[in-house]
Amino acid sequence: MHSEFAIEARGLSKQFGELRAVSSLDLDVPRGEIYGFLGPNGSGKSTTIRMLCGLLTPTEGSATVLDTDVPENSKDLKPKIGYMTQRFSLFGDMTVFENLQFIAEIYSYPFADRSTRIGELLDRYDLVAQRNQLAGTMSGGERQRLALACAVLHHPELLLLDEPTSAVDPQSRRDFWENLFRLAGGGTTILVSTHYMDEAERCHRLAILDHGVKVADGTPQELQNRTGMHVLEVIADDPYAAQGAIHELEAVASVTQLGVRLRVLIPDSHEHPRELVEHALAARNLKATTRLTAATLEDVFVAVTMKPRKT
Amino acid sequence: MMKPLYRIMAIVKKEVRQLRRDRLTFGMVVGLPVIQMLLFGYAINTDVRNLRTAISDQAGTHLARQFVAELRQTQVVDIIEFVETAEELEQLLRGGKISIGVVIPPDFDRRVSDQSRSAVQLLVDGTDPTILGVANQLKTMPIGFDSAGHAAASQQLLEVRPFYNPERRTPVNIIPGLMGVILTMTMILFTAVAIVRERERGNLELLINTPLSSTELMVGKVIPYIVIGMLQLALILAVGRLLFDVPVRGSIADLYLAASAFVAANLSLGLLISTAAKTQFQAMQMMVFVLLPSILLSGFMFPFDGMPTLAKYIGEVLPNTHFIRLTRGIMLRDATLPELLPDLFYLIGFTLVAMIVAAMRFSKRLD
Repeated sequence: MHSEFAIEARGLSKQFGELRAVSSLDLDVPRGEIYGFLGPNGSGKSTTIRMLCGLLTPTEGSATVLDTDVPENSKDLKPKIGYMTQRFSLFGDMTVFENLQFIAEIYSYPFADRSTRIGELLDRYDLVAQRNQLAGTMSGGERQRLALACAVLHHPELLLLDEPTSAVDPQSRRDFWENLFRLAGGGTTILVSTHYMDEAERCHRLAILDHGVKVADGTPQELQNRTGMHVLEVIADDPYAAQGAIHELEAVASVTQLGVRLRVLIPDSHEHPRELVEHALAARNLKATTRLTAATLEDVFVAVTMKPRKT
Repeated sequence: MMKPLYRIMAIVKKEVRQLRRDRLTFGMVVGLPVIQMLLFGYAINTDVRNLRTAISDQAGTHLARQFVAELRQTQVVDIIEFVETAEELEQLLRGGKISIGVVIPPDFDRRVSDQSRSAVQLLVDGTDPTILGVANQLKTMPIGFDSAGHAAASQQLLEVRPFYNPERRTPVNIIPGLMGVILTMTMILFTAVAIVRERERGNLELLINTPLSSTELMVGKVIPYIVIGMLQLALILAVGRLLFDVPVRGSIADLYLAASAFVAANLSLGLLISTAAKTQFQAMQMMVFVLLPSILLSGFMFPFDGMPTLAKYIGEVLPNTHFIRLTRGIMLRDATLPELLPDLFYLIGFTLVAMIVAAMRFSKRLD
């Protein structure tokens, strides 16, 4: 039975003692797409990925990955997935070539094509110069490229990447995503967790996790279109004072300062958000200009992970 | 399918590569057995010599001086002081300055010829049973000399001397056992940290997400160290031969066969430890927990037959106990393996059980 989804999970939960790390997670990841998990540290991203590849046993719920039930048949799943751990997990005391060779041997990559494949990967992931360098002495970006090369060596149908870019510079991150798009273009399904908004925006589809709960999912565009909030940008002479004044308004869900600008989220049940804020500022004699603007993914994130306001 | 075999070979190759780059561990493979052999071969010596001794010679006669000279010649005592009274000897004993005090009474000459009375009193620090034992042997040292002046006396003297004969060498008895202790230590250590180290470095999360099975990982990790164990055995035998002149009376092949079983047993035990420990430090502690009984309860330090029943039961569980029986049999008594089968079977059984439990305990899960 061939499902249109690479990953299907229903009610997936994981309890660690008192802590409910993941709570009743439903997930449908279409094949050939880059699916993002966006969430702060401790939101259950890694735990979910580990449950999906059979490393952790769910406390409740079930998951089917590449038409394989996990964790029951995760043994059959292993040859079909590539997994990149959050922490660099290759062998620091072996060279780039030796690491690739080891992975090729472990996956029983056809012997005749082995050196061709390794050469191809060294080329593609710009590791030719580091071929004989010990992996432990490489930079964060180089390690990450090696880890990706090792994860895709055996042509997996599904790539699970657990915060792959948390230890690399912006340029390396851009290159890394270029590689992911190329892989997705070749038909590989990619599940990637991140806490960077710009990376989340690049995904075809994403789920926002907060304290183990999926609080929103959809394409980035969909998410931005249905925040349920007016987004008001305020440019004030004294942004700090303005922030204080706006924050006192009960209708305001959140105020975030970005330099001289303030981003104000007000539930869209409110009909005149602009007037509301302008009045409050005028009452305090604070000079400011305001304008309504489109929600960014960051606004979405703030809106969906917001705690109910205490007054 | 040859895949499992290839995967095992991949692990073996990886282990060898990593070992070759880890200079300290690589040095330990060679250095540890040699240094320990030298250290223990020379230091562990049950021939007690040079016990610090003080003498209170209250007789002062020619015969008494001759007795002291005779005592000194045994080399068992090292006479460091002469004092006046027995009380002074007691003080020195209490202060730990001497181990033996010798009181030569004023009527020493007369007592020597009177066989019914003891001529000399030995004050001994009884806190160390070994010293007490040596003193008891000293008691039998004949004091014949010229005054009794008979052939019988000198013949008696000859009877005693072989006891202190330098030809009675401890290393011959120690080294077969030492071999077991050194192999226990290095082999358990290597594998005990093997999996914990990969867990700590994060490699394990990668490995368990590959098609590699638990058993393949375990077997792959053990194979290189069996070779290292054989290498260490050769080193120990060579050092034993060259420096301590320890013979191998039985067959070398038998010895290597017994050692392979023993090395495998220790490696499996190390793997078992590795699956139980969360950190390398914990693994080390568990290794020491096994090592101490392997030294004290295996018959290496104390004769196995003389131990309390409970200690014997514990000793029977330890691989080293059985290996020491095998090596002492093969090396010193020219026994053949068929005569020592129960011990060999025990080691093989131990290996299988430990391996199975280790592979079962090591699940390919993180929870």
